[in-house]
Amino acid sequence: MARAGLADPATIMPPFLQHAITGFIVLNVVIGLVTYVTLLERKFAARMQSRIGPYYVGWPHGWLQPIADALKLMMKEDIVPTAADRWVYNLAPIAFLVPCVLIFATIPFAPGLGVADLNIGVLFFLAVSSLEIVGLFMGGWGSNNKYALLSAMRAVNQIISYDLPFVFAALVPVVLAGSLQMSAIVEAQTGLLGWYVFYPVLGQLAFVAFLVATLAAENRVPFDILEAESELVAGFRVEYSGMKFALIQLGEYAHMIGTSFLGALLFLGGWLGPGSEQWPLLGAVWFLLKAMLVFLVVTWVRWSFVRIRVDQILAISWKLLLPATLLLLMTTALVVALQGARAV
Amino acid sequence: MPETQERQVVEIGYGGSERLVMNMGPQHPSAHGVFRAILTLEGETVVAVDAVIGYLHRCHEKLAETLTYVQYPSIASKTDYVSAMTAELAYVASVEKVGKIDVPRRAQYLRVLAAELQRIASHCLWLGTWCMDMGGALGGGATVFLYAIRERELILDLFEALTGARLLYGFHQVGGVRYDLPAGWTARCRQTVAHIEGRLAEYEAMLEDNAFFLARTQGVGVISRELALDVGVCGPIARGSGVNYDVRRAEPYSSYQDFDVAVPVQTAGDCFARYRVRMAEFRESIRLVRLVLDGLPEGAISSRPGVKSVGQVRIAKGEGYTRIEGARGEVGCYLVADGGAKPYRLKWRGASFSNLAVLPHIIPGHKVADVVAIMGSVDPVFGEVDR
Repeated sequence: MARAGLADPATIMPPFLQHAITGFIVLNVVIGLVTYVTLLERKFAARMQSRIGPYYVGWPHGWLQPIADALKLMMKEDIVPTAADRWVYNLAPIAFLVPCVLIFATIPFAPGLGVADLNIGVLFFLAVSSLEIVGLFMGGWGSNNKYALLSAMRAVNQIISYDLPFVFAALVPVVLAGSLQMSAIVEAQTGLLGWYVFYPVLGQLAFVAFLVATLAAENRVPFDILEAESELVAGFRVEYSGMKFALIQLGEYAHMIGTSFLGALLFLGGWLGPGSEQWPLLGAVWFLLKAMLVFLVVTWVRWSFVRIRVDQILAISWKLLLPATLLLLMTTALVVALQGARAV
Repeated sequence: MPETQERQVVEIGYGGSERLVMNMGPQHPSAHGVFRAILTLEGETVVAVDAVIGYLHRCHEKLAETLTYVQYPSIASKTDYVSAMTAELAYVASVEKVGKIDVPRRAQYLRVLAAELQRIASHCLWLGTWCMDMGGALGGGATVFLYAIRERELILDLFEALTGARLLYGFHQVGGVRYDLPAGWTARCRQTVAHIEGRLAEYEAMLEDNAFFLARTQGVGVISRELALDVGVCGPIARGSGVNYDVRRAEPYSSYQDFDVAVPVQTAGDCFARYRVRMAEFRESIRLVRLVLDGLPEGAISSRPGVKSVGQVRIAKGEGYTRIEGARGEVGCYLVADGGAKPYRLKWRGASFSNLAVLPHIIPGHKVADVVAIMGSVDPVFGEVDR
């Protein structure tokens, strides 16, 4: 915080309170960001489809649309199906939301600006983000609905299959930087061509694999068999309405933004950019822009392709992506070891 | 259909060998209307399909008995509401055949024009909804849907200028057509079809170069030629399975004999083959529209113009079956006339009714995701199925 130019909170409050306040601020910023990212996606998709998107609410650009949606969801009736497993059904949105928001705890938005810059930051992120599958399956099971159950089964299949390539692709920058700590990975990417996406061959392949695995881990088209509206009518979310549905939506988009931030951090240099040394807050702005870039690439893919079938998805994961990312990781490790051996 | 009899209802379970009975529809985003498919699943694989129809039954055949020959053509369009011009044509053609009523040449050409433009519009809707079924209402499918609907709107604008209505026209009447082309319509029509032709190339490039699309459609829902002939499917579905048959060529009606209708045929029988047949039909219809506009004769647009009373058309005793090639296949009317102003009996033969019959044969063995891909490629319209 000292480098951010603000007074060092350690002198004026106990560390627990400092972390709590930072966490609270980050949580609120994340929720606000997630809400407006939905508007960004809707506008982007609309322009791809030769139309305008949200327009009237908050005329002329639909700026108040996310607020209107949030208000609507809060005012909706909370329906619990009679035959649903009440505890599981009610807890599922929370069990889904918490890991999706918790991943933001380890992301440093600027040097010194973050909730907790753990020295195992990437590991924490990847592990916690995999926990969302529990909430998802609880939602599908607790709804007592065949569509939800089918979707939950597909979810378990897909997310487990794609978490492995996701982890391996994310580990390539970790191996290149030599540290799991997120700020250390960013510091290792100084210089315009130091970004890991520009690292010859390995960086580009890892970035592409990361994007594909992100699409699958986020249930985005072409891997959105989970919610496949045209087959399963909203999948595991089908029985949720009102605030619970809002929590699930929030969790999904928060997870999406979180992995976009991770991608920007690992591959696009995080907060590095012109002027980020003098003004760390400008670095945070660069970081946000890069994360939005990753998000928009994923959104672009989402609105361009039809989805593929579950058996094709699993085939791609186990037969193509997993061996490829494993090979990539081993090659990266070999390259780094050889470079280290040469340096010695 | 022995497969649909062995359906065991068990409680929800996933053990691989236990069967789950899942109801798809009638309210479902991909039911293409109101269609109930009771699927028996083993995991993700469909082992049996029980198709239930009748949710859109509106008693068309009884309505035809209570409405006169002047009143009913506007209602006939509601059977195949996506392809309304061909539906109306089926009815008035059958009345004219039974009553031996002449139709002037200009009216015949205008009917061909309307039918072919309608075929293009109907196929635009098919492409959009099929891709939306496969790609999701929030995803790439919606993109294709919005592009295809944008093209369909151009044709609906043409129809609105011609008849005053966008979806259900009332364009045909016994003896000819009701409206003549307004000023400037021909030029606008040529512009529209040229524009659509260019867009078609875009859609083909967008879809056929896409590995995901090919993975979802090639080898999926194969209808063999024997099955197609046994079950009696018609239209693009039959032509996608190698059955080289088109009513416009086999039994030309309404001056189709003046145009050499090229009939696209594919032999693979899968969803991709049916897609290719319909894309070729797009181009063929555009060619026919241009031919009609080039050779449109002058003359009367109806041999019985004007409506002075609803009972003015009386058909002498007789009966007969007339069929036309709608966008989905063979649409026919069997009319029994008794000398009055209303038919004694009208039987609609809906193309989609026969086409849907093939679903319980080809869906078992595929995954749940393929059900919507196959249904979309069969392209049923439930007004035709349930009448």
